[in-house]
Amino acid sequence: MDLNMNVDAPHSMGTTIIGVTYNGGVVLGADSRTSTGMYVANRASDKITQLTDNVYVCRSGSAADSQIVSDYVRYFLHQHTIQLGQPATVKVAANLIRLLSYSNKNMLQTGLIVGGWDKYEGGKIYGVPLGGTLVEQPFTIGGSGSSYLYGFFDQAWKEGMTKDEAEQLVVKAVSLAIARDGASGGVVRTVIINSEGVTRNFYPGDKLPLWHEELEPQNSLLDILNAPSPEPMNI
Amino acid sequence: MSKSVIEMPPKGGFSFDLCKRNEMLAKKGVSPPSFRKTGTTIVGLIFQDGVILGADTRATEGPIVCDKNCEKIHYMAPNIYCCGAGTAADTEAVTDMVSSQLQLHRYHTGRESRVVTALTLLKRHLFNYQGYVSAALVLGGVDVTGPHLHTIYPHGSTDTLPFATMGSGSLAAMAVFESKYKEGLTRDEGIKLVTEAICSGIFNDLGSGSNVDICVITKGAKEYLRNHLQPNPRTYTSSKGYSFPKKTEVLLTKITPLKEKVEIIEGGDAMEE
Repeated sequence: MDLNMNVDAPHSMGTTIIGVTYNGGVVLGADSRTSTGMYVANRASDKITQLTDNVYVCRSGSAADSQIVSDYVRYFLHQHTIQLGQPATVKVAANLIRLLSYSNKNMLQTGLIVGGWDKYEGGKIYGVPLGGTLVEQPFTIGGSGSSYLYGFFDQAWKEGMTKDEAEQLVVKAVSLAIARDGASGGVVRTVIINSEGVTRNFYPGDKLPLWHEELEPQNSLLDILNAPSPEPMNI
Repeated sequence: MSKSVIEMPPKGGFSFDLCKRNEMLAKKGVSPPSFRKTGTTIVGLIFQDGVILGADTRATEGPIVCDKNCEKIHYMAPNIYCCGAGTAADTEAVTDMVSSQLQLHRYHTGRESRVVTALTLLKRHLFNYQGYVSAALVLGGVDVTGPHLHTIYPHGSTDTLPFATMGSGSLAAMAVFESKYKEGLTRDEGIKLVTEAICSGIFNDLGSGSNVDICVITKGAKEYLRNHLQPNPRTYTSSKGYSFPKKTEVLLTKITPLKEKVEIIEGGDAMEE
């Protein structure tokens, strides 16, 4: 372990972020770990940030860069909504994110997933990875933990899921990524956006399913030590 | 081979040319001058009535302790205080600057300052300097919307937390908070926990030491407990005291009242162009 860790190093959100459309809206999901090198600076961060009443963005990469980009886009969208006279569409929000990410591609290091619901197109998910591409997709994943989910989604994703199916898929996926990715952890946060509005959900770490070789959460390691040792094998 | 240099007019914004030059010099082995850092343990926590901030009081210049009792809890507004870790000059300058901006804002709006205002002003400034302003801050206060506690990192990212620690002693202090923090602490429990966390930093981190400063902010009131705990008193002091025999001798004393040099005219003409 590096004892000379620089606690003032730039923060990156190791992260697992997911955006999924379902029949009627979108579900955004994220873990909650913000790390500085090997130290977890915030174990309960909220990576799903509001841009407007009906559009949210999942942030990954550099914490500072993603916060500043989402602050600017929130401000532009607010002005845009006033000028337009009606709620902004998800496409406009995603394009504003893309314009900032692409024009400043040399200085920014942030991958974002924009998701929301508007009356023209319904629920939409847009991915804006490093470099500033804009891709509209039925589902998308991002962050360091996403590497472990590509195969899972190829198999588990299907068109026209219900709201609960979609949310359970997202929670399962984030918890799988948390199990395998060191830079993701903490709790799972989800945001469901549809015509009725926005619902925020929170799944604490001990409520998530356990995967291969994961241990039950313990109050104290001493409980494990004091457990009776297994019987010696009889040949 | 001809070299053509096109003179571009400066586009505004911070020019990072000198930063690149510093990096080049560092690669060549020229060490930068040492500057004063606050090694530091700074903490904040939210209790039932508001926010408690705590800090140690050691300032270091490389391996030397240059100030054994410095103040790391800076005033931002009557209801907002900010602890600073990192380069002492940077934390002082940035908190003074934002404190003035907040005062002007109070005059403009006629309202009490909000913690999120201070937060945004600080994070915008730090982001614009891309981490070169080495100030890591714990900002806490109570405003009309309630108690707030935020951490701000040199690159401009912020976190909102119920308890937070920063500085070189942050790991030691966070260990104390993670085991003992709970929601709805009373004022005395909160002060005790903050003192424990800072003491953990003081005794286990080389960059932190000396005394514990505490600041308790509640709705409508604040208490700045300077040197709330002094767990590192001077062990051996000479009972005889110290005498300094060689003084500067006074050779001549001459006092000239200024009235003799200046002529005061009563009334006079109004100034005209």
